[in-house]
Amino acid sequence: MTDNGTVTNIFLSGVGGQGTILASNILAEVFLNAGYDVKKAEVHGMAQRGGDVTTHFRFGKKVYSPLIESGNVDFLLSFELLEAARYINWVKPEGKIIINRQAILPPAVSLGQTGYPGDIEEIFKKRFKDNVWIINGQELARKLGNIQAANVVLVGAFSRFFPTIGEDQWIDAIKALLPIKLHELNEKAFYEGRKTV
Amino acid sequence: MKKIMQGNEAIARGAWEAGVVVGCAYPGTPSSEIMAELSGYREIYTEWSPNEKIAIEVAHGASLAGGRAIACMKHVGLNVAADPFMTISYTGVKGGLVVVVADDPSQHSSQNEQDSRNWTRFGKVPMLEPGDSEECKEFTKIAFDISERFDTPVLLRTETRVSHCDSPVELGERKESDIKRGLDQKDTPRYVMVPMYSRIKRVAVEKRTDELAAYADTEFPYNVMEINDPSIGFISSGVSYLYTKDVFPGCSFLKLGMVWPLPKKMIAEFFKKVKKVIVVEELDPFFETEIRAMGYKVWHGKDLIPSIGELTPTIVRQSLMKAVEGKAYKPPKVFIKQEDLPRRPPNLCAGCSHRPLFYALKKLGLYVFGDIGCYALAVAPPLSALHASTCMGASVGGAYGAGKVLGKDGLGKICAVLGDSTFLHSGIGPLMDTVYNKGYSTTIILDNRITAMTGQQETAGTGYTIKGEPTSMVDYEEIAKALGVKHVRKVDPYNIEETMNAIREEVNRDDASVVITVNSPCMLLRRANPLGRFEHPLYVIDTDTCRGCKACLEINCPAISWREEEGTTKDNHKRKGTAFINKDQCVGCRVCVQVCKFDAIVPGTK
Repeated sequence: MTDNGTVTNIFLSGVGGQGTILASNILAEVFLNAGYDVKKAEVHGMAQRGGDVTTHFRFGKKVYSPLIESGNVDFLLSFELLEAARYINWVKPEGKIIINRQAILPPAVSLGQTGYPGDIEEIFKKRFKDNVWIINGQELARKLGNIQAANVVLVGAFSRFFPTIGEDQWIDAIKALLPIKLHELNEKAFYEGRKTV
Repeated sequence: MKKIMQGNEAIARGAWEAGVVVGCAYPGTPSSEIMAELSGYREIYTEWSPNEKIAIEVAHGASLAGGRAIACMKHVGLNVAADPFMTISYTGVKGGLVVVVADDPSQHSSQNEQDSRNWTRFGKVPMLEPGDSEECKEFTKIAFDISERFDTPVLLRTETRVSHCDSPVELGERKESDIKRGLDQKDTPRYVMVPMYSRIKRVAVEKRTDELAAYADTEFPYNVMEINDPSIGFISSGVSYLYTKDVFPGCSFLKLGMVWPLPKKMIAEFFKKVKKVIVVEELDPFFETEIRAMGYKVWHGKDLIPSIGELTPTIVRQSLMKAVEGKAYKPPKVFIKQEDLPRRPPNLCAGCSHRPLFYALKKLGLYVFGDIGCYALAVAPPLSALHASTCMGASVGGAYGAGKVLGKDGLGKICAVLGDSTFLHSGIGPLMDTVYNKGYSTTIILDNRITAMTGQQETAGTGYTIKGEPTSMVDYEEIAKALGVKHVRKVDPYNIEETMNAIREEVNRDDASVVITVNSPCMLLRRANPLGRFEHPLYVIDTDTCRGCKACLEINCPAISWREEEGTTKDNHKRKGTAFINKDQCVGCRVCVQVCKFDAIVPGTK
């Protein structure tokens, strides 16, 4: 068994501009400060111009590879429905799924050439049963005044799966990575997300 | 203290700790963040050089004056810089000189896939290859020591999964180099590469390689042997080692921190200690070829491991599980077929000035020689307005050369398109050629005031240095005129009709011409207030008049989509659906308004 079971694999996926990189930076900061070895991989450059973006994040006692092996994902944290579906095959049978209920149309759908897959939530629930959380991140963030904070809502939801890490550790990481004027908004977004799981 | 750092950030940190005083780069994914990070250290002079050749030359000059210097580039950048690189190998250095070259296996953001390890043997310059951020920092530091001790530039090779991965780094202090600053005319035989001196250096370079090979065997601390289960041993390096270690942790490893010269004694010892050796490396069979040439039997290598695209732990397991563990690889169960899902390719931003310009070129039916930058995205359907794209600056010479074959028949049919930064990088030379040798092509410079694709880096045309200090600014019109171009004009690309008229006139002219876009800053360049020029914050579809003709979809704007729903307009025209504009994405650029024949796109409010 890879990693002797000591490494936790988190796969983040979304669309360029949704803030997946900030979310994964928060995760890296939190787990490093909690005493773990961490590795994180993402692609920059051309792919970010509205294309799909992914981040591999791994933490454990000792992490070698920055990339996760297909089929070994413990947590799929996805900021967009189609981008969640794209990586469903990567998740372990007992893996946990957190998805932002948002559909951003890819060009072929915008142009009317093909449809946006309509049954993504059902497929996930059929496969992963109770281990699926679909979150209205954008709506919650909009209520707080800025849809850009949807990424931190999802981080808040995700944080519930790590009871040994205190709320303050998450808040500290968020504050360390964001300018002061965004602290209040993102702190609220984090707590809103935490309520959803 | 441990800090999470991206590989590129860690290289910058390593350079700072090593006492570097000069850093030069032209941006290129995945290398760009190194110089951006380095510019944050006030002890270091940093610059965005016009191109990679210049970056290496400036760093070399700094080295000859006794300062430690670093030049950074992506893999194709070293092609541009190859001329000085190959001879700097002969001159050697005074202050340590490190050249970082960042590969992009799988071409995440590149026009080709190169294995830069081939430069090390070709240029007779040692190469180090880190695998994670801690190694990025430490390898950068030791590269400077090797450079000064062996009088050689040193290559530091990264790749996308090293440059753009984050992992913890132990921070250290800055230590200045002991090398004395200054130039000495007595050094002439060392630094003037005319045959009578360079032939002497040619011999010294071979001797240096032998000395480096001995160093790799006995002193270099990052060639490491791990003997576990001796039945199978892997020889690997960088991130490929990390993948293999992750997948087969119980096996033995020879991890090479120095790609070349290879540690021959260590390799001999490894072959003695393990029964079967597998070489795991990304792209070319570089180690495998070398090791086979030494006379060893490599059990597996490129016979099982792909040489195209990046490796991943999944690919390492798929390729080697049968050989290593004796059982076939079973892929994870498929719940959704990936080919059934619509793809999401990158696109030009909403409001981008490249969109109306390429729409105009398409309407004119031109064959477009494109170049390297965001505007290469204009090749994507439905815009489909780009027909050739090779490397930095190639558009200008390409369009001119095509004209030499087509003669008068090519008039009105050809143009070259490139960005402001790309023009400065390597577009000036071919434009000079076009005028000097009486070509007729039209060169369109898309001046969006920044190097956009790689993430907003300054150029000699923006008026700012890498540190944000105001400086001189290239005037593209004056440059073109000085090269002898008689017909230079400026267009506002957001006015499609005017742009089309201007370009139509120029491409039909039997003389070289240049068209420069104005008032067209990158949508992401905040200081230029790109949205300030738009009259309305957004536009919406007037569903009373939209006839569902889909003309607005042709511009491939991310804010516009199709809503299928049969119905009629207010004046009773049947339609199959309507266009829809996403409020969150529209920025009010008015390009779609000009495309709509039915005045169905009207100002809206946020």
